[in-house]
Amino acid sequence: MTEPATIAPRDGGMAPGLGTDRHFKYLILLPAVFILLFIGIFPIVHTLVASVQNINMLEEDTSFHGLLHYRYLFQDARLWESIAHTLLITGIALPIELGLGLLMAFLFVEKLPGRPVFVALLVLPTLIAPVVAGATWRLLFDHRYGPINQVLGWIAGEPVPILWVINPAYVYPAIFIAEIWQWTPFMFLLLLAALSNVDRSLTEAAEIDGASPLTVFRRIILPAIWPVMAIALLIRGLDLIRIFDVIWALTQGGPGTMTETLSIYTYNQGFRQFETSYTGAIAFLVIVVLTVVVIWLLRRMEIHR
Amino acid sequence: MTRRGRHSTLLRLLAALLLLVLFLFPIYWLFMIAFKTPEEIFSSPPAWYPAAIQFDNFRVLFKDGDAKTVFNSLFIAGSSTVLAMFFGTIAAYSLARFRTGGENLAVWIISQRMIPPIAIVFPLFLLYVFLGWVDTYHGLILLYTAFNLPYVIWMMRGYIEDVPLELEESALVDGYTRWGALLRVVFPMVRNGLFATAVFTFVFAWNDFIFALVMTRSEVTTYPVQVTHYFGAQSNFWAKIAAMSVLGAAPVFVAVAFMQRYLVRGISLGAVKG
Repeated sequence: MTEPATIAPRDGGMAPGLGTDRHFKYLILLPAVFILLFIGIFPIVHTLVASVQNINMLEEDTSFHGLLHYRYLFQDARLWESIAHTLLITGIALPIELGLGLLMAFLFVEKLPGRPVFVALLVLPTLIAPVVAGATWRLLFDHRYGPINQVLGWIAGEPVPILWVINPAYVYPAIFIAEIWQWTPFMFLLLLAALSNVDRSLTEAAEIDGASPLTVFRRIILPAIWPVMAIALLIRGLDLIRIFDVIWALTQGGPGTMTETLSIYTYNQGFRQFETSYTGAIAFLVIVVLTVVVIWLLRRMEIHR
Repeated sequence: MTRRGRHSTLLRLLAALLLLVLFLFPIYWLFMIAFKTPEEIFSSPPAWYPAAIQFDNFRVLFKDGDAKTVFNSLFIAGSSTVLAMFFGTIAAYSLARFRTGGENLAVWIISQRMIPPIAIVFPLFLLYVFLGWVDTYHGLILLYTAFNLPYVIWMMRGYIEDVPLELEESALVDGYTRWGALLRVVFPMVRNGLFATAVFTFVFAWNDFIFALVMTRSEVTTYPVQVTHYFGAQSNFWAKIAAMSVLGAAPVFVAVAFMQRYLVRGISLGAVKG
């Protein structure tokens, strides 16, 4: 870490007539902080207040109910199931996206005819709105008019009538396919950039010394690309924890509550069941837990240089 | 090049082509549906390309007024991008050059970006109901401005730190005011970063679903919400889903194509400087 550059007004000033300068650095920061507090702090305060009251569709009881709703959090099986679904999706999709992205990055890191065009085209899935990606896959998965079952039918040699987003056995594979299709290119792009910056003379020297490819990867390449890999995992991991759009488009959490994630469950509680206080409790818990985790991770990873 | 080298290049090229097919096929399929006739869409086994390119599916969207949602998206994402870029960049300048608030403030700001929207959107919805801001342009514009500010501040702080300090110092000595130095010296120096960050900021707002789902009813519905309206309990409006999705995706493809150089830095929150 280098000492930050600064042009903070020094005593004696750098130019005459800059007396109003002292407040400049706060003045330019103020609008942004004001907007962030309005959108950032208000929800926390409000959810905290609402969560200790008892507001739902039937009553508007704003008297103090203590930790009533927080206690219910622990008994709410559907909440914990939705958290389990979220962690399942994150735990499976994230390593696959990382692994595939890394393999693709290795494929493209060396010279290849037309490489810039390949890379530019491969990244397109990541640019699509996630809900549109989900909608696209729902059309692809359609059991009669979609090409997926058609292609599987060619392979199987007989018609394949899989009801992808309805049959409990296939909803998760469908979600994984859509999710991994959309975000593997993100991992690929970041890891390709990281791999391109690895010092080739180091890896070549190690290879000449007889190091196995695995050793070269573990000892030289991995440490070199780790900072980028870590930020890629952080960004994607947090995206997966909040996953909503693609599942909304594919299954809306169904069949039943089989694919209900934390975000979808919270949405259902707040906007379909109108359990205001209880949703407040969930939201407050999510905000607090994730803020702590995120700040801890950011500090640990020192991505803020 | 050795024989083995040529072979491996050929194999890698084949693998690359296979990957390209796998990753682009869904997009190809989406675009093809948008140009198919109803008979072609609902043929089983499915037709892999339309017999003729025709624009009826898009014409219907414009005739029925559904295309208004694309203009809503354009107006809302555009306005919030301008606001977030201006307020975010001057705030980033404060963080970059004066270390205002130290690392704590910077980390708090970027952490705001990483909270799940669902946790924020529920209390905000109640606030918006109280203020009468649900289904209004300014409500959604403010929301996206706030949502994108951490990103803009974080990214622009990095770009500003890349600019040599001497330029501003000499501008100040030359009699520029602080504002003058910021707007006439710093802004032009980081214009590439500004442009790249603006494109991503726009895309985030353009592609957002959850805020729009909660905060819009009918007047200011954005295109991603409109796409989900075409999924019905009984049947789906395939042609409309595809045509609306193409209207939403194509501009992003074009915008990002112009700034490939900044793509990695933009999506890695500045962790990779391309």
